[in-house]
Amino acid sequence: MRVATSLALVAAALFGTAAQAQVNVKIGVMNDMSGLYADISGPGALTAAKLAVDDFNPAAHGMKVEIVGADHQNKPDVGSNIARQWFDVDKVDVIVDVPTSSVALAVSDVTREKNKVFLVSGAAASDLTGPKCSPNTIHWTYDTWMLAHGTGTALVKTGGDTWYFLTADYAFGHALERDTAAVVTAAGGKVLGTVKHPLNTQDFSSFLLQAQSSKAKVIGLANAGGDTINAIKQGAEFGITAGGQQFAGLLVFVTDVNSLGLKTAQGLVLTETWYWDMNDANRAWTKRWQAERQGKFPSMVHAGVYSAVLHYLKAVAATKSAADGKAVVNQMKALPTEDSLFGKGSIRPDGRKIHPAYLFQVKKPEESKYPGDVYTVRATILAEEAFRPIKDGNCPMVTN
Amino acid sequence: MFEVFGVPSQALFGQLLLGLINGSFYALLSLGLAVIFGMLNIINFTHGAQYMMGAFAAFLLLRHTGIGYWPSLVIVPIVIGAVGAGIERVFLKRIQKLDHLYGLILTFGLALIIEGLFRNYYGSSGQPYGVPESLQGGRNLGFMFLPNYRAWVIAFSFLVCLATWYAIERTRLGSYLRAATENPALVRAFGINVPRMVTLTYGFGVGLAGLAGVMAAPIYNVSPQMGSDIIIVVFAVVVIGGMGSIMGAIVTGFTLGIVEGLTKVFFPEASNTVIFMIMIIVLLIRPAGLFGRMA
Amino acid sequence: MATLAAATPVRRETEWSVAVAGAALVILVIAAPFVLYPVFVMKALCFALFACAFNLLLGYVGLLSFGHALYFGWAGYLAAYSAKVWGLPPEFAVGFGTTAAAAAGLIAGVVAIRRQGIYFAMITLALAQMMYLVALRVPMTGGEDGIQAVPRGKLFGAFDLSNEMTMYAFVAAVVLAAFFLIYRIINSPFGEVLKAIRENEQRAVSLGYKTDDYKLVAFVLSATLAGLAGSLKALVFQLASLTDVHWTMSGEVVLMTLVGGLGTIFGPLVGAFLIDGMENYLSSFGQWVLVIQGAVFVICVLAFRRGIIGELAARLRVRL
Repeated sequence: MRVATSLALVAAALFGTAAQAQVNVKIGVMNDMSGLYADISGPGALTAAKLAVDDFNPAAHGMKVEIVGADHQNKPDVGSNIARQWFDVDKVDVIVDVPTSSVALAVSDVTREKNKVFLVSGAAASDLTGPKCSPNTIHWTYDTWMLAHGTGTALVKTGGDTWYFLTADYAFGHALERDTAAVVTAAGGKVLGTVKHPLNTQDFSSFLLQAQSSKAKVIGLANAGGDTINAIKQGAEFGITAGGQQFAGLLVFVTDVNSLGLKTAQGLVLTETWYWDMNDANRAWTKRWQAERQGKFPSMVHAGVYSAVLHYLKAVAATKSAADGKAVVNQMKALPTEDSLFGKGSIRPDGRKIHPAYLFQVKKPEESKYPGDVYTVRATILAEEAFRPIKDGNCPMVTN
Repeated sequence: MFEVFGVPSQALFGQLLLGLINGSFYALLSLGLAVIFGMLNIINFTHGAQYMMGAFAAFLLLRHTGIGYWPSLVIVPIVIGAVGAGIERVFLKRIQKLDHLYGLILTFGLALIIEGLFRNYYGSSGQPYGVPESLQGGRNLGFMFLPNYRAWVIAFSFLVCLATWYAIERTRLGSYLRAATENPALVRAFGINVPRMVTLTYGFGVGLAGLAGVMAAPIYNVSPQMGSDIIIVVFAVVVIGGMGSIMGAIVTGFTLGIVEGLTKVFFPEASNTVIFMIMIIVLLIRPAGLFGRMA
Repeated sequence: MATLAAATPVRRETEWSVAVAGAALVILVIAAPFVLYPVFVMKALCFALFACAFNLLLGYVGLLSFGHALYFGWAGYLAAYSAKVWGLPPEFAVGFGTTAAAAAGLIAGVVAIRRQGIYFAMITLALAQMMYLVALRVPMTGGEDGIQAVPRGKLFGAFDLSNEMTMYAFVAAVVLAAFFLIYRIINSPFGEVLKAIRENEQRAVSLGYKTDDYKLVAFVLSATLAGLAGSLKALVFQLASLTDVHWTMSGEVVLMTLVGGLGTIFGPLVGAFLIDGMENYLSSFGQWVLVIQGAVFVICVLAFRRGIIGELAARLRVRL
């Protein structure tokens, strides 16, 4: 490690003095290209990264940037293998995206070991800026604390003060339920009960039955992907929303809404940090993105990849080298962020990127005027409030 | 109302009814497997993928041709059954003379191919397929709200299972089938086209899987994984029932659905492993399965 | 009963082919890390051992276990857990994982051996699936995250395994030793009885052999060696995850053995390297891996049942 740092310093010194020397950067976009998260992340993230590189204009900064992609298939062993190979053999400097928290945690470990950079856009685990924080990792876009806090507080404030949880019985589901329950109770609500279902449950009828008989105003879905979709779909069958109860999707993406169709998903309340149709800048960027991805719409994960890559390149331009991961990350934390998608923001010492979050509600079918028109903005959560306060995170880098 | 082990009887009856619904799918699928195994002595690992194809076929018919649920109920099993017959002709006939384990490996490979292809084209998130208009809504039975569609699933599966059992055990065609299982050479000597019967039987079993797929589409997530998720459980069901008898497969399917439903009430975390645990117990006490005959 | 594996010629005088191939193997294993990426070779070696363990059961006894990932994956979990949480040195962590696999093999074997053929395969599959579902829920395995950042530790208190080459030497030595052990098992009187059971179990019974006991011992041996492979792999990657207990992993080991050659000594080894290499190469086409694996299965069963080494051995008329 020390050898690498001193070499980097020497290189920086040499290259710094030579005004025309070129800095080569290789960016690795790793995510789920073919499975559950292929639509919210997948090849669209590669497109987003390319747009960021184009907008940065490497030639003007004396840099040359290359992008490679890989599919981690949502498996931590595949992800950590690819990361190792990328860093050891293929000379990749930074890994971007990585949805699925278990993979992100594994990649974060490898990145720290090799002193490179890891920019997380797709994964949710708030542990990445908590107990597992790292000087080589920055967590962009969103995390579980923000989701729990955003949806939970907003719903309690609008009258949803009694909750019943449908929780996927594994670490992620438990964490999501725990975080949201804490938020709900703190905001003055009450948790009436909870039921745990096995991961990848096909049939939610019995669990929904229990949720229905609890008479809670809000049914919190502490699960993701296929489980959330199944629960909502079958909930419609059992007349849950017709009976006056509301579903809160704690981890729902715009692609899940499309899977469900507006007829089933209407009224669902969720939190995200970016939506393509919110303002002109977003719409313009979406058009550019769609040139490569016809018929699809970008998600907040894609926007996060764009924002992260852009800021990274700016930092590398300042440090004049991509070799020392820690140094680049420190530079990224020192520079305030600014881009057309997230506006002005900053990165905290624990690696958490700060920006506002938004509470969305899914439109009724008759309210949707054109393809992709699925959300109404219900509330804006300011950047300072959206994410977990740094003192509550237990990040070893900060508590020292 | 009264309580059973701390659970109100309303919730209990509600879960029992729901368990019957799951049981319907288990029964339909294990029936298909039993029919195929009885005739060909092959464990059709592709069964799950064929169930998935049934669901997707219903979805595609609706999306591209506007053909809805009711016609799909008839069209899809025939189409999927035909695909099955094709598979039998092209692949399974060739390995007939080999050890049956090769059949297992081959059908496993086919299942991977089918699931992989669908994953490529449709992704993993699942496709929307609504409950047909005529079956929407439900009725309040007092102890629970039963959606009409679920009631239909129970009734129709029951009918199909009964009809299949009757066809195989009580009709002449069925008797030819059963005879051909025992002694194909002799049956052939009587002038009956055994290879064609084998093809048709496989097609029929696969058609049953396709039918289950169509029925599942409105309530479960139509995704490429739906087959592999359910097939291993159905294998366990079949081992518990013993593959000797058709009635055994049907009864075991419905019963295990109910048992699973009960587990969801009393011990929800174990609900997806309870069938496997029962399998182990049955194997230790009665290795041939509850209704099976030792081969 | 039709035999499953290609008939292996029982000709003692052709042992030279095995010796030559064995020598070539040792030389390749020693040279490999200087030419290829060491982590890749270590991974392939672990899978090679896994496939050889599986082949012991299928190729030599005729029992198709469709749930071998149970031993591979759970041994990995236990080795990882003992190294990370209990701080066991690597030799004990691996030993712990392997022993646990043996115990699991005994329990599973007692249940599964009661049936034969297809039923046996389905039972092993169902057992493995059940243990997968348990792995999903039990806190010790870390669920979706798996057990990460497993320390490799110091072998015998002296050799620091975080050095890739030292780790490689350890893995290579263990795998080659296990490989040799399998070879000795196959060629022992015990091995001859196993082959007799595969050819015609009724006859073996009539000769007075307690076939169920032999089958159980073979099963436990196979599970133990699979567990050894899994424990090593957990230390190599410093990670034990759900992938290793999933039914697709059970399917992969069947694929490797089939492609390499059922019932041959070197077949599973070759199969493992090939399939691993293929997956490495295809990792950018993630979505096609499933389809290609399935296609390889189908083609092998229809047209290539002897596998690569099997074909080679048949052409050269030697034993490999």
